[in-house]
Amino acid sequence: MLNKIKNYISSLFLWELLKGLRLTGRYMFKRKITVQYPEEKTPQSHRFRGLHALRRYPNGEERCIACKLCEAVCPAVAITIESEGRDDGSRRTTKYDIDLTKCIFCGFCEESCPVDSIVETRIFEYHGEQRGDLLMTKSRLLEIGDLYEKQVAEDRAKDALYR
Amino acid sequence: MSDEQITIEVDGQSLKANKGQMLIEVTDANNIHVPRFCYHKKLTVAANCRMCLVEVEKMPKPLPACATPVMDGMKVKTRSAIAVDAQKSIMEFLLINHPLDCPICDQGGECELQDMAMGYGGDVSRYQEKKRVVKDKNIGPLIQTDLTRCIHCTRCVRFGEEVAGLREIGATGRGENMEIGTYIEKSVRSEMSGNIIDLCPVGALTSKPFRYTARTWELIQKEGIAPHDSVGSNIHLHIKGDRVKRVVPASNEAINEVWLSDRDRFSYEGIYSDDRLQVPMIKTEGVWKELDWETALTFAKDRLSDIIAAHGAEQIGFLAAPSATTEELYLLQKFARGLGTDNIDGRLRQVDFSDQDSVPQFPWLGKSIAGIETVQSAFLIGSHVRKEQPIINHRLRKAALKGAAIMLLNPIAYDYNYPIAEKRIVAPGQMAMELAAVLKVLLASSTQSIDDQIQQCINNATVSDAHKKIAKRLLEADNAIILLGNIATAHPQFSSLRALAGLLAKYSHAQFGYLSEAANSAGVWLAGAVPHRTAGGKKNSQTGMDANKMLQAKLRAYMLMGVEPELDCWDSRAARTAMQEAELVIALTAYRSDEIENYADVMLPISVFAETAGTYINNEGNSQSFTGVVPPLGEARPAWKILRVLGNMFELNGFDYQSVEQVYNEVRQQIGDIKTDNMDRWQLPATIESNATGLQRITEIPMNMIDPLCRRATALQQTKDVADGAVHINATLAANNKLDNADNAEVMQDEKSVIMKVIIDDRVPDNCVLIQSAHPAQIDLGAAFGLIKIAKA
Repeated sequence: MLNKIKNYISSLFLWELLKGLRLTGRYMFKRKITVQYPEEKTPQSHRFRGLHALRRYPNGEERCIACKLCEAVCPAVAITIESEGRDDGSRRTTKYDIDLTKCIFCGFCEESCPVDSIVETRIFEYHGEQRGDLLMTKSRLLEIGDLYEKQVAEDRAKDALYR
Repeated sequence: MSDEQITIEVDGQSLKANKGQMLIEVTDANNIHVPRFCYHKKLTVAANCRMCLVEVEKMPKPLPACATPVMDGMKVKTRSAIAVDAQKSIMEFLLINHPLDCPICDQGGECELQDMAMGYGGDVSRYQEKKRVVKDKNIGPLIQTDLTRCIHCTRCVRFGEEVAGLREIGATGRGENMEIGTYIEKSVRSEMSGNIIDLCPVGALTSKPFRYTARTWELIQKEGIAPHDSVGSNIHLHIKGDRVKRVVPASNEAINEVWLSDRDRFSYEGIYSDDRLQVPMIKTEGVWKELDWETALTFAKDRLSDIIAAHGAEQIGFLAAPSATTEELYLLQKFARGLGTDNIDGRLRQVDFSDQDSVPQFPWLGKSIAGIETVQSAFLIGSHVRKEQPIINHRLRKAALKGAAIMLLNPIAYDYNYPIAEKRIVAPGQMAMELAAVLKVLLASSTQSIDDQIQQCINNATVSDAHKKIAKRLLEADNAIILLGNIATAHPQFSSLRALAGLLAKYSHAQFGYLSEAANSAGVWLAGAVPHRTAGGKKNSQTGMDANKMLQAKLRAYMLMGVEPELDCWDSRAARTAMQEAELVIALTAYRSDEIENYADVMLPISVFAETAGTYINNEGNSQSFTGVVPPLGEARPAWKILRVLGNMFELNGFDYQSVEQVYNEVRQQIGDIKTDNMDRWQLPATIESNATGLQRITEIPMNMIDPLCRRATALQQTKDVADGAVHINATLAANNKLDNADNAEVMQDEKSVIMKVIIDDRVPDNCVLIQSAHPAQIDLGAAFGLIKIAKA
């Protein structure tokens, strides 16, 4: 009987609603955390796993030696590599494709690379208008590597402490 | 090794072993893993890697399992602390100088050192000093060396000495400075050299054509049968995507043991030659046009019908490659006979067919392949077995090393990799006479009565000491064999050679066999792709033209299956002329070439080895089926499917096959059990003539020129075993004609002349000229054997 009266009063004064509004009210007066993307951006970790790139050595030689470990480790089977001997006798890729529509950005490719060639950069803002646009080829990956080499190198140096 | 059984205990398990066996053989037989690098079951024990150290009770130090004979009551621990510690230490030593280049090493993923390092290697290297670097050596177009990776197991060195019989590879220096290499910088010449790639436990010796093209974990392994010699070696094809990336041997103790000849190993490159014909094509007014299958087949059918209507089916000749599958050969002969002609032949490099009615059902080896190594004496007639059937040569070599007397009668003094007891090197014209002389010796000592015909044949023979020795060796041996090789088969007096060799076998109680040429030489006979017999070797009611007659007769139409007549036939000039003058040439071919494009009217692309399913029957009568493991390139189709459609277009009976197995079952039913008897299956000629006038041509088919596939395998074509297009003469003949090495000589045969480079080659007997076939330069000369003239150009 007493419970019945208690429930009646709390529903009459919308007690549950007020309880909920208390949280809303608290956030109303707190400092806003909304980021005005794209004018503003959140900070990124140096371990951010974004768009892939293929790196080069300072002398301009591509790092990749076509060992295909990344291809083997890729859980999404997004990497396709074909290789052959180059005229100077070194082992090189003739094809290095990453299908970004398959990629799950797990970073295993980067982990497995014995020569730090394939890396995931901080770039996450890209799009494709057609399906093929998200198929990264060797030349595009190398181009990205060339553009962002400074950043990539700095990030690897930072992370080296923890390895 | 004795048969005495003893009991030993390994890891607490009691095992039975034969006295004198090595410990590692017993553990291997019982699936107990002992790590090893230098030990290999087919090679002698070297015990130099020390990886197989195990603890043996009452021994102060661990012992190498590969070099420790078992003893009764021996107690062995393979996983004890002492054993594992020893193995780990050895592993650390081995890794000191081994480079960490696994990511670019072709052996990565199938490397014994890599596997062992996972089990026995440490995770941190304690080694700080400089690593050793060894300069790579160029040892030819087939094998790539990366000698820094070598761990000095010496398997390759032992292979060279013990199996290949050529001490080409050796180790120089000691300890850390030890290097593997050829004594002088040169190519390895062994016809089995590719096996050192499989033997090498690390990536020091890898396949050059395969280099860097795939990683081992990407490859799918499928079974197959090697398509080049009559042995039918079992192979594994390694496939990536829809391409064959490499070929390795599959173990079959009865046939190829664990080895494979280089030709069988590297010929897969020919599958992806630029010459591959990928779409059906027809020629109209001299211009080649690509077409769809239906139109091309209809065109072929219409043209064939026209020929039959105008001139009769006897004006069509069917030539089949002896490397085609049994099913294809069977369907081709069924098609030919359905059209009403018996002009079908797969014996392209033969000319003497005079005794074809009396010969066995198929050219049988006379023994099992494994049985060859038990012979006590062997007499090879017209055979370069080392290059022609390398696996049989290996068996013969084993026999020779056990003391068998191997004897030869050849027109060329070929190199053999084992001691030859007796050899007679004579001009082709004298070969029959030589055999008659040996027979004369045999019969002189025989008590049996000899019929007059034989007597007449051997009357003229002059006997020398060598003949007596050969006869003696054959008679003395309980287990002797006389083998006719490829040169004998191509010989113009083949029937005489066959009869004399057969008689020799009969009177010396030896076995008698044929070392036939191609993967399916036996299949040609058994499938009925011969003019005088139908499938299963049954006598045909009428006899069509044989391969050579078809070419000489210049028929109006030819149908070719996998044949390049100007390179594959006995008389290259006649073949080319016949093709050029024919009204219609339908080529079922995997490859296009200038020659084919010149004379053919229709080219239908067929699939090649690895793309087609079928059956090969080897020279011991072993029928081995295989499946197609990669899809045919482009629009190419297996020849049996093309023949099936053609058969149906002509509304012939019995061409409604659903699968290749159905075809096989039908052939098999007609063949029944594959068995034959070589004895008393010959026809003695009236007399034996010795042909000693003038210069005689000798033709050999270099190992890697044998069929269209080999001729397009890039790496094989860079070896020494290819046709050089030169004329080989000995120094005497050269001096008589004032010729020197590399001079140009004018070579004349049947009123045609060709300019060729001279090579002074003292393997060639007097008054003979050696020319290698299947080279474009010699097509105009013609017949493989015959009279020839040379002069300074």
